[in-house]
Amino acid sequence: MRAPRLGLAVGAALVVLAALLPYVGVSVPAVLPGTVDVLNSAGNLSILAICFVFGAVALGYDVLFGYTGLLSLGVVLHFAAGVYVFDIALTDWHWSLGASLAVTAGAGLGLALVVGAVSLRVTGIAFTMVTLAFAQAFYFLIQDNPHGLTGGQDGLALSSTRLPSILSGAVSNTRSLYWLALAFLVVAGAVVWVFIESSVGHVLVAVRDNEARAEVLGLRPFGFKLAAYTLSSLVATGAGVVYLLLIGTAVPDAVATTTLTLAIVVMVMLGGAASRGGAVTGGILYWYLESLLVKVSGQSSFARLPAVVRVPLSQPQFLFGAIFILFVFFVPGGLAGAVARLRARRVGGHFEPGAPVTAQTLVARLIPPRSEKEAP
Amino acid sequence: MTTFLSLTFAGLSLGAVYFLAASGLSLIYGLMDILNFAHGMFMTLGAYAGWDLATHLPSNTPSVLTFALEVLAAVVGGALAALLTEVVFIRPLYGKPLSQVLVTIGLDLAVVALLLGGFGANSLSLPVPLWFLEATHAGSVLLPNADFVALVGGVVVLLGLEWFLRRTRFGIVIRAGVENREMVSALGVDVGRAFTLVFVIGGAMAGLAGLLYTAVFTGDLLSPLQGDGLLIFAFIVVVIGGLGSIRGSAIAAVVVGLLQDYANYYGGQHPGFSEIGNLSTVLLLALVLEIRPRGLLGRAT
Repeated sequence: MRAPRLGLAVGAALVVLAALLPYVGVSVPAVLPGTVDVLNSAGNLSILAICFVFGAVALGYDVLFGYTGLLSLGVVLHFAAGVYVFDIALTDWHWSLGASLAVTAGAGLGLALVVGAVSLRVTGIAFTMVTLAFAQAFYFLIQDNPHGLTGGQDGLALSSTRLPSILSGAVSNTRSLYWLALAFLVVAGAVVWVFIESSVGHVLVAVRDNEARAEVLGLRPFGFKLAAYTLSSLVATGAGVVYLLLIGTAVPDAVATTTLTLAIVVMVMLGGAASRGGAVTGGILYWYLESLLVKVSGQSSFARLPAVVRVPLSQPQFLFGAIFILFVFFVPGGLAGAVARLRARRVGGHFEPGAPVTAQTLVARLIPPRSEKEAP
Repeated sequence: MTTFLSLTFAGLSLGAVYFLAASGLSLIYGLMDILNFAHGMFMTLGAYAGWDLATHLPSNTPSVLTFALEVLAAVVGGALAALLTEVVFIRPLYGKPLSQVLVTIGLDLAVVALLLGGFGANSLSLPVPLWFLEATHAGSVLLPNADFVALVGGVVVLLGLEWFLRRTRFGIVIRAGVENREMVSALGVDVGRAFTLVFVIGGAMAGLAGLLYTAVFTGDLLSPLQGDGLLIFAFIVVVIGGLGSIRGSAIAAVVVGLLQDYANYYGGQHPGFSEIGNLSTVLLLALVLEIRPRGLLGRAT
């Protein structure tokens, strides 16, 4: 039991540090993604806030991918749904903040249940393709600009008239929005953690490791998978709401493309699937590095580099694709797996890669030992 | 009525391109259990290979011969890309289907980004013969010539593939492998060679699909993202047709192509429905899954 407590303490310390960051006006050269080299500059804080948003998305996605073993490529459907439903309610319909949040939550839940239930009718690779198709359908839909609601290709800028002043205006309220993103990440993390540690979470791992065995135990995998799909989607929907508040506009090519879906898969794999802290680290790190690369490739000294170096470096997707391939080959457990292996080596004990919850431990949890007289 | 016939013709040619993209995916999945995301990259690379060859030819008005050479370059380019992918990235990961899928995702991301960095998003134009831009009168119906080319390409490949899979030794091994891979390797057949072969065939067809798509449907403009756009529809076709079935893919490709074209024309005129053609294919997919989760001609599991 020591390791999770230690992880929890480290996590709590990091959250406190992150929460204090807006007060730290230290100048740090070169490694910050914002244009000004000061830790608490507005540009820096807003990029870090986006990092937290994708950290949360990756965390939620890992429930489905890592713990349930379902390769869904529909995660941006739910992310974009959060962005767009919230935007449409506030901007097109001029609803209040509370009503907009309520309709976004309701729509997010309904969408997750319907798309999840239809997609989970097939298994394996077909599930992957179907979720991808649904996400693409949503992309087409918002491109279409039905009834002038979404603004089509150009997007829909968020109207801040019905927002409390503390949440409106990404530039003037960077600090409060930064804390909002951090708070969302902490809440999402807590919800995911409780879910994974619950008996439902253990059933999911058992289903992942051996579906037939779980079925023999009398568990119907469908309901559990749907629960995982729904939770994962709701985290993405909530992240979409926070993202919209931070960015202030909804554009299909930024929030609903397959490229973003694949980026989220890459985040989780880089951090380490089905490991506490792995996915969230991957999400934060991915967005941080991408922003940094975009900034570096925009600098004037960069244009003087030879094309062989400049072209690949100016395309963060290329670097991430290449790093991702290297990770699949050489670091399959992601960063979290690598850390665990290093720790095991230092202590001198041998490393057991992620001892999964097996059906035996599951039986022990779900079915209490029978008393003597019930036995045949 | 004439509109309907023109639409049917255009839908069939779109279906032909979908078939070229989907049949390779379906074979690769059927034999190796890999959902090959790099297929989109094969299509894109095929189109760029055709373009690259055309730029090295003397710059006269492009003739039919120019186009024939472009087709050849696309087929060879797609096949080479697939061969490299299989040998370098897939083979070391035999027995780990999830890692294989992830590697193809990484490859697709990386190569598409590299092309974007090198060529920009939408700046190159593929030289095609002027004849492609004209149309043939069949009675009162106007049939664009380019559609003929796609249709002929699709039908020739379908017939060739059917012949290959039914009449040649390699083809029979592949079909047997799709049915039951363990049994085939237990009989002493080198399944690894069949894996490579199936990738090369799929890559060649994907290269052709990418080139034809550019020549017929994008107004000759090349984009690094076109393969990934096509890939989504290829996935839809593969699932509707049934994973692993070539004939299923062919039928589904025609159905999806026609549906998309009809929906685009009859529904797309209304404001806010310009993407109804694309949407309708996803709705069809959901419907098929609801009624018949294994697809039209897929094996029962």
